[in-house]
Amino acid sequence: MTFQFFMQHLTNGISLGSLYALIAIGYTMVYGILRLINFAHGDIFMIGTYVAFYLITLAALPWWLAFIFAIGITVLFGMSVEKGAYKPLRNSPKISVLISAIGASFLIQNLAIVIFGGRPKAFPIPDMFNQIINIRGVSIVSLTFYIPVMTLAILFVLVYFIQKTKTGMAMRAVSKDYEAARLMGIDVDKIISLTFGVGSLLAAIGGIMWAMRFPQLAPLMGVMPGLKCFIAAVIGGIGNIKGAVLGGFLLGVGEIMIVALLPALTGYRDAFAFILLIVILLIKPTGLMGQKLTEKV
Amino acid sequence: MKINKKILNIVAIIAFIGLLFFMDNTFDSYKIRIVNLCGIYVVLGLSLNLINGFTGLFSLGHAGFMAVGAYTAALLTMSPAVKDMNFFLMPIVPFLANVEWPFFPALIMAGVVAAIAGFLIGAPALRLRDDYLAIATLGFSEIIRVIFTNTQTLTNGALGLKSLPTHTNIWWSWGTAILTIAFMVFLTRGSYGRAFKAIREDEIAAEAMGISLFKHKVISFTIGAFLAGVGGALLGNLLGTIDPLMFRFFLTFNILLIVVLGGIGSITGTVISAVVVTVSMEALRVLDQSMDLGFIIIEGIPGMRMVVFSALLMIVILFYQQGLMGTKEFTWDWFTKNRGFKQILKKDVK
Repeated sequence: MTFQFFMQHLTNGISLGSLYALIAIGYTMVYGILRLINFAHGDIFMIGTYVAFYLITLAALPWWLAFIFAIGITVLFGMSVEKGAYKPLRNSPKISVLISAIGASFLIQNLAIVIFGGRPKAFPIPDMFNQIINIRGVSIVSLTFYIPVMTLAILFVLVYFIQKTKTGMAMRAVSKDYEAARLMGIDVDKIISLTFGVGSLLAAIGGIMWAMRFPQLAPLMGVMPGLKCFIAAVIGGIGNIKGAVLGGFLLGVGEIMIVALLPALTGYRDAFAFILLIVILLIKPTGLMGQKLTEKV
Repeated sequence: MKINKKILNIVAIIAFIGLLFFMDNTFDSYKIRIVNLCGIYVVLGLSLNLINGFTGLFSLGHAGFMAVGAYTAALLTMSPAVKDMNFFLMPIVPFLANVEWPFFPALIMAGVVAAIAGFLIGAPALRLRDDYLAIATLGFSEIIRVIFTNTQTLTNGALGLKSLPTHTNIWWSWGTAILTIAFMVFLTRGSYGRAFKAIREDEIAAEAMGISLFKHKVISFTIGAFLAGVGGALLGNLLGTIDPLMFRFFLTFNILLIVVLGGIGSITGTVISAVVVTVSMEALRVLDQSMDLGFIIIEGIPGMRMVVFSALLMIVILFYQQGLMGTKEFTWDWFTKNRGFKQILKKDVK
């Protein structure tokens, strides 16, 4: 194996990993606050890509404007999913909420099949992201370079937002103790809604970059990435943003490297994430960076 | 009073067999197929209800066990000639090439293999809780699917298996369903059932009472997997064709839906909702076709059925969380004293 070969796959892995990381952060934030697997996250991601696609092709907006609008619309969409499917069940048993989440996900998928049609669509990639750069024999598409940069930039903004601003502090308070936060005068519903907004924002950005990397849109395109990113979040320790990023990179690089190094296992690529998940859960049941939870009697 | 109930039970079963006999003779093949599906979904719903409802383990891996059962039964019942026809890309592994079992042992074997898979998966995974268990079991079922897609010589990979012998008829599907119902009633009333429910209510308290958490969880999970395997085998031999894509998460979700609509932890509820859900899934097919209302023709939109179905589901979950029966069961007392309806009403008012 040559150095070029290795670097080629490593860059691919890192770029895939940062996409996973971006979407995993959305999962982890929602879980941190609501203790809920947001099964609809992958579908919010799908909606984001479709909105961007239609804004570019039908409304003929320049790509950057289309992306901004698409992200905005997806955020509103994500927040309304929370209002419709999760808020009414705030005090219900966990299983009801989880089923509501799965139900919302199926409803969005089926609506998408009816509205957008089941036939895959080709996503138009702006030229800026589609140039081939050649560094010492390693040829990469410029997008591969932009994705990790974007992810890191967002990560820094997000960490600043959560650690330094008052709203971020409220978010942390709600995730620590829901009831106590409410007693402290925090508008819990608003914070939860905001968290969904941020999660959907990341899903939309991740989705658009995903669509440029794998330019084929289908109503069920969000399912597999959604599952894998949730796994990334669990591997890193759900509720922990840095953990989600770590998990995302681990998954992305691992997946690409397995296929590159052991071509015989290509068919098992989708199983890699699940196997990694189970192995890590069995060794460390709360994920790599998760806190150990003790149950009070 | 006790003998009375026994007589009532026997009468009810005989009446039901009479009904099945009537349906078997008068219905066309499409309707008989739906009746069969109802029976199979009763088995599947009960098996998931045992794990999710009675033991409180949130498992999403049912499709995986069904796949194991369906493939086992299919490979055991197919004749060597049909196998030759199916495996045209790569020959089948030698030890399966010439077996052709009758349906009954194949059905049992399907359950046993699925139970073994359930045990192997459950033993490590059941140390996890709640969401983690849900996602780990979901992961396992996906892994099973990926493995089946890639083991060309064993399962014929993504091509799936075609022309399975269609052994499943009303008697097989509803016979299994009735046996499963009886088994579940005995199980949940016995000491194991009480232990399962104790674990569901409070793990720590149950452990303090001397219930071995791990043992009971694994037993519940393995029995659930066995029934899921049998259900999968019945389904495969009803449809006549199986492929790995059939056993996606959506299938698990369908069964979960039956359990939730019927009431998590109620055998009666699961049976009723299995029938209701299966029949209404078919009834909603009307939505996919174009409708002629006399003065206007509404174009059918393919996929509309699933939209309406998921929307209905959401409405039920949001506004009627208890499901049909909650954790209550049908009993003859309930019927004779006619107090049941009042109790349900009272609970709703609260």
